[in-house]
Amino acid sequence: MTGGSTTGDDGANAPSSGPQESRAPWPLWEVFVRSSRGLSHVHAGSLHAPDAAMAVRNARDLYTRRNEGVSLWVVPAAAIVTSDPDAKDRFFESPQGKDYRHATYYTKSEGVKHL
Amino acid sequence: MMTAPAIETDGRADDAGERLFNELIAQDSRIEPRDWMPADYRKALTRQISQHAHSEIIGMQPEANWITRAPSLKRKAVLMAKVQDEAGHGLYLYSAAETLGTPRDRMTEDLIAGKARYSSIFNYPVLTWADIGAIGWLVDGAAICNQVPLCRASYGPYGRAMVRICKEESFHQRQGFEILLELANGTPEQRAMAQDAVGRWYAPSLMMFGPPDEDSPNSQKSMEWNIKRFSNDELRSRFVGMLVEQVRALGLELPDKDVRFNEVTGRWEHGPLDWNEFKEVLAGRGPCNAQRMERRREAHEEGAWVREAATAYAEKQALRNGRAA
Repeated sequence: MTGGSTTGDDGANAPSSGPQESRAPWPLWEVFVRSSRGLSHVHAGSLHAPDAAMAVRNARDLYTRRNEGVSLWVVPAAAIVTSDPDAKDRFFESPQGKDYRHATYYTKSEGVKHL
Repeated sequence: MMTAPAIETDGRADDAGERLFNELIAQDSRIEPRDWMPADYRKALTRQISQHAHSEIIGMQPEANWITRAPSLKRKAVLMAKVQDEAGHGLYLYSAAETLGTPRDRMTEDLIAGKARYSSIFNYPVLTWADIGAIGWLVDGAAICNQVPLCRASYGPYGRAMVRICKEESFHQRQGFEILLELANGTPEQRAMAQDAVGRWYAPSLMMFGPPDEDSPNSQKSMEWNIKRFSNDELRSRFVGMLVEQVRALGLELPDKDVRFNEVTGRWEHGPLDWNEFKEVLAGRGPCNAQRMERRREAHEEGAWVREAATAYAEKQALRNGRAA
């Protein structure tokens, strides 16, 4: 497993901004939007904000200008743990060749109703 | 310059990474941020996406200038919503560009320092209310024409940002068209104002697609990488075809006597464009370049205290909650 965000920026080691401002860059947050009751929160994008409260407000302005959501999650990008993209063949190998996990594998019952 | 993933420095991993990259491109699949990618691909994308983001941000200015002068409360509300969308589009694109390794603050600094480019179209002055209509119809229309194929760009985050942007952009074009339609059906003065605006914005909007194919050296590579799907001239010709239909609905005229459909090539043709003007504007010598840059710099500097205060507040809250920031 490797740390880092879904957008690929681990947000941890960006150098501070140049001569005009010496503040450290605001952390990156990943934004998840629930479009309506009964559905799960889905990743919408990311933004920078100094803290969680500002991240939620910015997420509202940035990702729900047209009633796209009834609920928002913001997650510090640095807190997201991902599978290792370089090991994906090995890591996701187990389901390969196991078609019998899908209903479509079983064809003898074709024509039988409600099955 | 860029925080490249560690894998790029490993020769053996490079080979495997490059093979996978080429396979994914050949399959018309998508490249994601943590995948290996050629340095040139990363560089070209960073350049294109950040320029695109800068264009959205600078593009707020010519229209924001008209919010106080919009002719009704409804028009003010619409224009504010549009300007707010442009800010949002800039932020989606900065997020996408950032996944390639360039920090957000550096992109902002490059823009403010005059080191980065943005679309030449935003360096033209917005002289009358009809210009707001022409910008929506022609400038946003050209942008949509350019952006719809970018929804299928091979770089995942760019394509996803473009999908979101294209969905929102269609209202921009329609509101502009509606402004022109109302003026075109108004008093003779209003009609003349609409025709004048269309006359001034037509050629610059055609030049938004970039130089002719033979003068666009980056296009070829970009098409091989599935970033660009159609050439500059192809998109421009498609756009002209759309305008021919739409201008009839407006009852106005395109300031171009040479527009015609070429049966042999199956393409729309237009009159000559002033590519020297394009180069001049791009090089910073357009009518409003200095003003746009100055205004962007001011906004950044005048906003510094807000950013500092927000940072200080976050730090204080974090301390108070007993958690280190």
